Amino acid sequence: MASLDGKMLRVVSGLSLVAERGQVTALLGANGAGKTTTLECAQGLQKRTGGNISLLGADPDTAGADLRSRVGVMLQDGGLPPSARPLPLLRHVAGMYRKPMNVDALVERLGINQFSRTSVRRLSGGQKQRLALAAALVGNPEILFLDEPSAGLDPQSRQMVFDLIAELRDAGMGIVLTTHLMDDAERLADYVYIIDGGHNVVEGTVAELLRHDHAEDCTITDRTLYFDAPGGLNFAGVLGAGLQLTETRSGSYSITGAITPKDLASLTAWWAERNIMPASLRLEARSLEDVFLDISGRDLR
Amino acid sequence: MSKLLSPNAGPASLPRRIMQQGRYETITMLRNGEQLILAVVLPLMALVGLAVTPLLDGLGGSRVDVATPGILALCAMSTAFTGQGIATGFDRRYGVLRFLSTTPLGRGGLIAGKILAVLVVLLLQVLVVGAVAGLLGWQPRLEAWLPGLGLLVLGAAAFTALGLLVAGTVRPEATLAITNLLWILLGALGGIVVPADRLPTLLQGLVHFLPSGALGQALRDAFLWGSVPVPAVLVLLLWTVLAGAAAIRWFKWN
Repeated sequence: MASLDGKMLRVVSGLSLVAERGQVTALLGANGAGKTTTLECAQGLQKRTGGNISLLGADPDTAGADLRSRVGVMLQDGGLPPSARPLPLLRHVAGMYRKPMNVDALVERLGINQFSRTSVRRLSGGQKQRLALAAALVGNPEILFLDEPSAGLDPQSRQMVFDLIAELRDAGMGIVLTTHLMDDAERLADYVYIIDGGHNVVEGTVAELLRHDHAEDCTITDRTLYFDAPGGLNFAGVLGAGLQLTETRSGSYSITGAITPKDLASLTAWWAERNIMPASLRLEARSLEDVFLDISGRDLR
Repeated sequence: MSKLLSPNAGPASLPRRIMQQGRYETITMLRNGEQLILAVVLPLMALVGLAVTPLLDGLGGSRVDVATPGILALCAMSTAFTGQGIATGFDRRYGVLRFLSTTPLGRGGLIAGKILAVLVVLLLQVLVVGAVAGLLGWQPRLEAWLPGLGLLVLGAAAFTALGLLVAGTVRPEATLAITNLLWILLGALGGIVVPADRLPTLLQGLVHFLPSGALGQALRDAFLWGSVPVPAVLVLLLWTVLAGAAAIRWFKWN
């Protein structure tokens, strides 16, 4: 890792985190958890009332043009003027840097050339997202902040954006992104901070978080088996100890817990004896979403 | 990809960033139809109106000689106050100010770019209004141009500060309403095109202290008599400093 004083970013307001070069660091949290605030403090957009932030070794609040040129920012609301057209806008932003990216190549890579002369107000949400990403990238930043990069993207553009982020990471860029989509974090992040109520609750690599049991008082859902079968079946004695069966609505069952191959065998044998063929059958491992919900609670906030 | 990304080479130089932003803002202002009406069409209509009516007769010069300096002052108010105020208000709403302040341009460069754009558009207005006034028989004193342009820049500074103060403190819809309403009120009754002594007695004392009245009078004195009235200049300076300080203090970037 190139020098970031070992840390690029450390935010303290009950919150402490570090993001490294050549890694994607995800801040994961529900709406209002403090993700955007954290990011904006690190970008110098919001003055913090306490604590320390080190961005490439400097304080973002007193950042000069040199530091700003090394940091690319994609805001949640885009920050693009509605009357602007994508290509002239990108060329304009590129003009703020001594040696910006090749705008034509960037525009082609992100598929912006398909709408490069359409005014921003006529673009779809996903097109605006790609343009905002391009504007954040055009200065060849060393650090890239992305606030909700996948919001509004259709599956194709999401793949396009994710591939690009992975390539930038591999090229050594330090990327910090916020998301409330677990799937984003699972697919993209090297390191995840789960934020709740303005402080970080848990952190680790995706693999570490998936292994970890975070609290005793919450249900650990290692695996879940979902299936549809006739309603009102009595599975007493079929399932191993510690497995929990719920019939969420008539005929829709889920079994959660540490399901073993043996459990599956006895379950399917039991079906075979009674000639029951489930209409659907799906087994899911514990996901980051489960971890997240275990930690931050399942209540809406 | 590796050909897309290259090592960061730092920001463009400060003058280059400001020029870049100034050019971008200028083009944006010139492409805005409503803005052009306010900046050029309405002032020209007022100029022609004043040239064919006896409203300004008996003030020591031909109608167009008395009218044109006031119209130039009106142009400064259109562009610096109403135009830039509305543009900045909506840029703030859409997060454009926040995004640009994360680029090497920064907040200072952004403001400098806006001021540059105001000055460029004002220069174009002076050329257009001057040409039309010339066709109508305007004969400005040659030696008045230097102080005249200086006063226009000072007036633009005062009105830019006021416009940014409004844009940075209230919602963009309110900025739109306030700056347009004030443009009409100050344009008609603020001593900008119609000199104070042609206004209702009640207003006469007041308009000398308004930026509109001070700029209108200063430009008329400069172009008609070749003199620069010190009190009017002080009034403009005071507005610039007060509105500028208030804008720095209370401007909200988001």
